Amino acid sequence: MNVLAIDTTSYVLGVAILKDGMVAGEYITHLKKNHSVRLMPAIRGLMEEVDITPNQLDRIVVSEGPGSYTGVRIGVTTAKAMAWSLKIPLVGVSSLEVLAQNGKHFSGVISPFIDARRGQVYTGLYESRQGIVTCVEQDQILLHRDWLNHLKKQEKSILFLSIDIGIHVKEIKDILGEQAVIPPMTEQFPRPGELARLGMEKEVTGEVHSFSPNYIRLAEAEAKWQENQKQKETNK
Amino acid sequence: MGDAGMTEEKNIIILGIETSCDETAVAVVKNGREILSNIVSSQMESHKRFGGVVPEIASRHHVEQITTILEEAMEEANVSFDELDGIAVTEGPGLVGALLIGVNAAKAVAFTQNKPLIGVHHIAGHIYANHIVEELTFPLLTLVVSGGHTELVYMEEHGVFHVIGETRDDAVGEAYDKVARTLGLPYPGGPHIDRLSQEGEPTIPLPRAWLEPNSFDFSFSGLKSAVINTLHNAKQRGEEIPVENIAASFQDSVIDVLVTKTLKAAEEKKVDRILLAGGVAANKGLREQLSTKCEEAGIKLTIPPMSLCTDNAAMIASAGTIFYELGYRSNDQLNGQPGLELPKIKP
Ligand SMILES: [Zn+2]
Repeated sequence: MNVLAIDTTSYVLGVAILKDGMVAGEYITHLKKNHSVRLMPAIRGLMEEVDITPNQLDRIVVSEGPGSYTGVRIGVTTAKAMAWSLKIPLVGVSSLEVLAQNGKHFSGVISPFIDARRGQVYTGLYESRQGIVTCVEQDQILLHRDWLNHLKKQEKSILFLSIDIGIHVKEIKDILGEQAVIPPMTEQFPRPGELARLGMEKEVTGEVHSFSPNYIRLAEAEAKWQENQKQKETNK
Repeated sequence: MGDAGMTEEKNIIILGIETSCDETAVAVVKNGREILSNIVSSQMESHKRFGGVVPEIASRHHVEQITTILEEAMEEANVSFDELDGIAVTEGPGLVGALLIGVNAAKAVAFTQNKPLIGVHHIAGHIYANHIVEELTFPLLTLVVSGGHTELVYMEEHGVFHVIGETRDDAVGEAYDKVARTLGLPYPGGPHIDRLSQEGEPTIPLPRAWLEPNSFDFSFSGLKSAVINTLHNAKQRGEEIPVENIAASFQDSVIDVLVTKTLKAAEEKKVDRILLAGGVAANKGLREQLSTKCEEAGIKLTIPPMSLCTDNAAMIASAGTIFYELGYRSNDQLNGQPGLELPKIKP
């Protein structure tokens, strides 16, 4: 199977191509530059490099979030429009599940996370058995402090994976001490090759048209509106 | 075009995409003038409860809708990708998150189908909506009036736009919405004020911002304040001004400035053709006044039908066709540009 995988959910821009199920090329940058400008040249460049044309693709895989709203949408829009115009399936994979693959050989539990500002993180809990990573607590958004206190009860080593590790490392160590395992910077990046593999192994479920990002969170205006409605109800 | 001896001349078919605000729109246009399909999915209903367009919600709708609308437009036009000569997309101005959906979808389809990509300025699109109605002749002047724009654009030829006047504060549509909110009218307020003003009399003297004698610029924020002050003072005196009369007075003041400046600019630039463009072109009062004044001055006026005044992708495809013919191309690095200025396509 020939697969194109796209990840623009964070400052890490990732593109991978599998040819006959094998990684033919991976492209990763970690730059505070505009994904909208750089994604399509990255896709074109890598496809030319590995010598594959759009109509030879069998599947598009995209990191569906959580992450930067705008970033997620750039990847998902590109993936949807490519899959639709090529008449091939589109598969979405959680950005946290992709990152968790870096702990594939870790015995313990894995907490991949993405900073969500104001002390919050997007995170979930993953576990690996014989190199196969499964989700044990689903992706969510919450205060990192609350999450770390919750993990403390696990009585297992916990592997923390995030490109935002720098701004959270102190809090992690303060709360979890020796229980926390923090790998070097080079292992904190989501690998587009892993995204492509996960997407290749997944079953195609929905239609391209109805595919939408997994933001985890409602738009702020929407959340406020719903809160107001609730208050109106209780004041009645 | 239309020359019997030139039957072998190839048709140019362009796919247009527009997502600059709260409409997800895709169209297919032949030779810049013949609409093969023009699909517009409006999000108006989702934004109503917020009293205006919420950018994040608009972006979420666009990404959900985009391929569905693309497919509808292609199917209704009954064309295959092979038949397309290029893909035109609004690159700006507009809401950046919303623009990004159209731009990235356009780039993706242009890449997979190996088609030229043409970035189009949203206002150029509004102007070329008139080209669909009746072929453009030059020189001409366009009055662009919408929720985000108030501009006078002068053109001597295809693809070269000279902005000779623009608003210094609120756009016309914005002023309408703000005044409507003051009057307690629902969003979007423009149509309500237009309707009410047909029933009222312009009894309240409201200011007209003429600015410097030679300026074709506009200003509407003072007018909005004047309406608020008038209401406030009347309330303190215990008087009640009929809402119809406030609407009529406000509309009278807006239209007076728009029409007077447009005709003055037409005279100075010696144009014999005026185009009306943008969502506020739906305003009945404006259409009537401008028609009357143009007729008196012997100037030919074009006003597109409603479906081409409000945001749509046929206008983007039409402008895109002209740009395509002029040799203009965008590349893979095309981006959404919220503050984009009107381009000069011709070198
Ligand atoms: Zn518009």
